[in-house]
Amino acid sequence: MPRYLLSTHSVAGATREPMTDEQMQKAWAPIQALEAEMKSAGAWVFSARLHDPDTATVVRVSGDEVVTTDGPFVEAKEHLAGFYIIDAADLDEALGWASKVTRLISSPIEVWPFVDTAGG
Amino acid sequence: MPIVDDALIGRIFREESGRSVATLIRIFGDIDLAEDAVQEAFALALRKWHADGLPPNPGGWITTTARNRAIDHLRRESRGRDLLAQVAEVADEPTGEGAPPVQDDRLRLIFTCCHPALSSEAQIALTLRLLGGLTTADVARAFLVAEPTMAKRLVRAKHKIKAAHIPYRVPSEAELPERLRPVLAVLYLTYNAGTHGSSGNDLRREAIRLARAIGGLMPDEAEVAGLLALLLLTESRWPARYSPDGALIVLHDQDRSTWDRGLIEEGHAIVRACLRRNQPGPYQIQAAINAVHADADSFAATDWSQILVLYDQLLQFTPTPVVALNRAIALAEVRGPQTALDTIDDLDLEEYHLFHAARANLLRRLGRHDDASQAYARAASLATSEAERTFLIDRLETARVAG
Repeated sequence: MPRYLLSTHSVAGATREPMTDEQMQKAWAPIQALEAEMKSAGAWVFSARLHDPDTATVVRVSGDEVVTTDGPFVEAKEHLAGFYIIDAADLDEALGWASKVTRLISSPIEVWPFVDTAGG
Repeated sequence: MPIVDDALIGRIFREESGRSVATLIRIFGDIDLAEDAVQEAFALALRKWHADGLPPNPGGWITTTARNRAIDHLRRESRGRDLLAQVAEVADEPTGEGAPPVQDDRLRLIFTCCHPALSSEAQIALTLRLLGGLTTADVARAFLVAEPTMAKRLVRAKHKIKAAHIPYRVPSEAELPERLRPVLAVLYLTYNAGTHGSSGNDLRREAIRLARAIGGLMPDEAEVAGLLALLLLTESRWPARYSPDGALIVLHDQDRSTWDRGLIEEGHAIVRACLRRNQPGPYQIQAAINAVHADADSFAATDWSQILVLYDQLLQFTPTPVVALNRAIALAEVRGPQTALDTIDDLDLEEYHLFHAARANLLRRLGRHDDASQAYARAASLATSEAERTFLIDRLETARVAG
């Protein structure tokens, strides 16, 4: 079955007001419910939310040396904030899950197909 | 028996290749394989039909031959043999002469080609290539891009369909309104692309043929019928649109006796059926506007108040500056050029040649010849076709003489 990455992004400098624990609980409940729905449909493979971009570290080869620097690697305005990995019958099914996620988090979401071993 | 020449085979190719390609994509799930096999089948047909004459069902012959070709190809590849095992069951079904038509294949394919995950340029190119049987060179010419650019666009789109697993099926009832929109837009744009350029006749015919096919497959969709009626009624005026030397003739000056009555009758019948159904939409309303024009014996005898009412309705569905401009042209006939001019002054259409052309026409009628000249000059500088530019420069000179 085709596998997809659904990735969400954070915009640099657009940090929201810190939420109270209660607000956090309220915001998380529907997201957790959606994950449960993905699991019972057999779509959910993995999901995670990431820390802010300034917590990222870059490791790369420079000459013969491996150099570690403060990240992230891409100097961009938007950074990966979280992702789902799902299995879906086809793109329409994946887009269906993506619509549900984007409604909850009210920010856009990218849907990337995995390269499958059969060369798809 | 008709004479079998290349032109006849070319016509059969246009009419039948979409169906064959669609059927092979369903059987093998591979667009490139389907395209190549259908091309090969037609190359064979060119040789065989010249010698033996047409088979009783040329389309069925093409599909069967292409299917056998595709199976031959797959047998030669190791990956192909796995695929072949998967599709063996489906591939055994009859597709030859006397087989029931599996028309849904083309419908599935157009929804794949017009999937919203593809860019609109890719949607229209894929539709014309796969369903319309146009060559990549034809499609490139129609959209004024270099052939390698178009080839790259097609390759990228086909790759995305495969990699992202864009489905090959008719969307569910719930998805249909959203998914039908790009399909209709592609057909409308195809027709429009056919109103200029050298492959124009083919594109317009193709748009009408596909709209007819989809209308037949989705008889309950009022907007599909509306689009077909719109295209038929627009096409009915084609013979009057250009003089023998290629000069543009606007609606006001057209010889209405050359309008195609057959197309008008067909268009009218669809518009009447749409009215009875009472599920209005933008294509149906545009068709109704064209039906009113088709009814009139002359420009002056046109029921402009009816057209104005229809534009008011259209504006509710599509509140765009271009619709507002067209409404103003009808308004000028009902309430005079000054009222019309007042309503278009605020429209944000500075770069649109027809905005300046319409303004120029209103100014001319108000006797403001200097302003009209300026507007005609601006329109001519923005015109998108040579015939329009010539027409506008001609008007410009008339206005200068008057001013």
